[in-house]
Amino acid sequence: MTDVRDSGTPQPDAPPGGPVRRALVRLLPTRPEGTPLHPVTPWRRAWAPIAALAAAGLHNVEQAGRWLTELSLGWLALGLLVVVPAAAVYGFLSWWCTSYLVTETELRIRTGLLFRRTAHLRLDRIQAVDVRRPLLARAVGVAGLTLDLVGTDSKDQLAYLGEDEAVALRAELLALAAGMAPQTARHAGEAPAARLLRVRPRTQLAAVALRGSFWVAVVGSLVAPGVLYAVTGSVFALLALLVPALSLAGRTTFGRLLTEYDWTVDDSPDGLRIDRGLLGREHATIPPGRVQAVRVREPLLWRRLGWVRVELEVAGMGKEKGGTLLPVADRAAAAEVLARVLPGVDLAAAAAAAARGPRRARLGAPVLWRAFAHGTTDAVFVARSGLLERRTVLVPHAKVQSVRLRQGPWHRSLSLASVAVDNGAGGTAHARLRDADEAHALLLAQADRSRTGRRTARAERWLT
Amino acid sequence: MSSAPHTTAETAGTAHAPHEGEWRGVDRALLRMRRLLVCGPLLLAGAAAAAVLWATAGAWTLLALVPWTAAAWAWGALARNWRSWRYAERADDLLIEHGVLWRRLTVVPYGRMQLVEVTSGPLQRRYGLARLQLHTAAATTDAAVRGLTPPEAQRLRDRLTELGETRSAGL
Repeated sequence: MTDVRDSGTPQPDAPPGGPVRRALVRLLPTRPEGTPLHPVTPWRRAWAPIAALAAAGLHNVEQAGRWLTELSLGWLALGLLVVVPAAAVYGFLSWWCTSYLVTETELRIRTGLLFRRTAHLRLDRIQAVDVRRPLLARAVGVAGLTLDLVGTDSKDQLAYLGEDEAVALRAELLALAAGMAPQTARHAGEAPAARLLRVRPRTQLAAVALRGSFWVAVVGSLVAPGVLYAVTGSVFALLALLVPALSLAGRTTFGRLLTEYDWTVDDSPDGLRIDRGLLGREHATIPPGRVQAVRVREPLLWRRLGWVRVELEVAGMGKEKGGTLLPVADRAAAAEVLARVLPGVDLAAAAAAAARGPRRARLGAPVLWRAFAHGTTDAVFVARSGLLERRTVLVPHAKVQSVRLRQGPWHRSLSLASVAVDNGAGGTAHARLRDADEAHALLLAQADRSRTGRRTARAERWLT
Repeated sequence: MSSAPHTTAETAGTAHAPHEGEWRGVDRALLRMRRLLVCGPLLLAGAAAAAVLWATAGAWTLLALVPWTAAAWAWGALARNWRSWRYAERADDLLIEHGVLWRRLTVVPYGRMQLVEVTSGPLQRRYGLARLQLHTAAATTDAAVRGLTPPEAQRLRDRLTELGETRSAGL
C-alpha cells in the first residue's frame, strides 16, 4: 500500500486558470489523490465550530446574555468578521484535504487537515453499501454513502456526494466487490431492481396505533403526571414528569413512525433494498445468505388483522442491529418477501408446523405454556413464544451453530426438557417445555438436519 | 496420578444415545481435585469449629457436624457430577453432556467450530488435567469439556481442528 500523497511531488498538471489562481493553489496543501467530495460538504463541516460556540453559549445562558448586552455592535461585527471567514476557511481546507479513490481492490478515503487519516477499505470485505439522504442533504440534492465491512463495528462514511454520483459509486463498488473487471464495473450502473412491497402510510399509522406500546406510552404519559398533580397539586412536579414522559412516548412511537414511514422493499441482484423515512431517507441493503434467523412479531391487536412485523438477525451485525425487514405487512405479503430472503422458506407452513408441548407443561409454566410452540419444516426450525405479542423465530437448518438441551430438576420430574438452537448472529431460538424423549430426539435430529442443510446450502456469496 | 478414563459404551438406536461412537467420561483426577477443593475446607472448618466449641460451649460441639455432613454430601454429589460429564465424537458433531440436577446436552457440528481452546491452570496441571473449550460463531454456545488428560485434550483438539477444516462451512 504505497502512499501517493506523501511522495511530496506537487500536482504535475497545474490547475487551469490565471496566475493568481495558480499561486493560490500553490499555497494550499497538496491535494490528496482521488475524487473530491461534493462542494456542499464544507458547510456540514463548518457546523462543528459554530455548534460548539452555540453549545457553549447555551451552557450558561445568563453569562452569554450579559456578554451580548455588554458587547457593542462594533465588537459583534468584528467577531463575526473573524469567526465566519475562519469557519469558512476551515471548512474549505478540510474539504480540500478529503478525497476518495477507487482502485481495483480498495476504496481509499483520505481525510484530515492537521491529523491525516487514510482508510483503505478492502472491496471484498464490503458487506453492504447504503445511500443515506438526511433531510437537509435531500434539500440540497446530495447523499452520503455508508460502508459496512465484515467484522467491523463502526461503519465508514463518505459524505457528501452528488446524488447521482453516490448512486453510481455504490453500483461501482458493488460491481467491483462482485468481481467485475474495473473497466466494466465503472459503467455497470445500478443493478435493476423490482418493487416487492410498499407499506402504505395508512397501514403504518394504523399499525402504530394498534400497538400495545403506543397505548402504554400515551396512557403512561398522561395518567401518571395527572395522578401526581392530583396528589401534590404542584405544577412544577407535573411538568417535571410530563415533559420527559411525553418525549419518551414521542420517541418510541412517532420516532418509529418517522423512520419507518413509506417503507419500500425492492429485489435486486445484490440483495433486498429497503428505503424508508419521512424526513431523511435511509437506504439499506440486506445481503442474502447472511441472514441467520427471522423473527416474526404479532402484537395482540394485529393478529385479528393478520398483520406481522418481520425482523432479521444478520451475521456480524449483533443481536439487535440486524434490523427490520418489514415494519408491518399482512401475512401473504410478508411470506412473499421472506421467501426472497430465505429461499425455500414458507411462512405459512412454518407457522402451521409449530405445535404445543404436552399438557403437563402447564405445571412448568402455568399460563405461558400456551404460547410455547415448536416445529420443524424442511427448511427451518420454528419456535414460538409470547402470549400478548406472539414471537415466532425461524432459524434455517443450515445456519444452526449448536444445539443444546437443558433440563432442570422440576422439569425432569415432569419429564419435560427445553431445546435451544444458537445461530451465528448471537441469537437463540428456544423450543421450551417439550416432552423429554421428544426433546432428545429433536436434539439429534436437529443436528442431522443442520448437517444436511449445510451440505445442500448454496455457496456463501452475498452477491450472486 | 491419573487413572484411565472410564468409558460407558451405549448401544446405538435409542434417541438418547449417539448413533455411532461411544460416550467417553472424563478423568478421575477431576473428581479428586474437586473433592479436595470442596471437602477439604469443609472438613477443616468442621474441625476448627469443633475445637473452639469444645473449649467454650460444651454440648454445642454437635454444631461441628454441620460442615462435616456437608462434606459427606459433597463427597457423593461431586462423584455424581463427575460421572455426569461425558462426551461423544460422532461422525459430524461432538456431543457434550453434564449436570445431575440441571442437565445440559450440547451438540456442536465440527463444521461450525471456529476455535478450539485448551486451557490448564496451575492446580489443574498439578492433577494432570486440561479443559477444552469450543467456540462457534454463536457466543451462546457453552461447549466445554473439563477434566481431560493433557494427551487426550491434545488428541481431541487436533482431531476437532482437522475435522473442522474438512467440514468447514461459512456462516
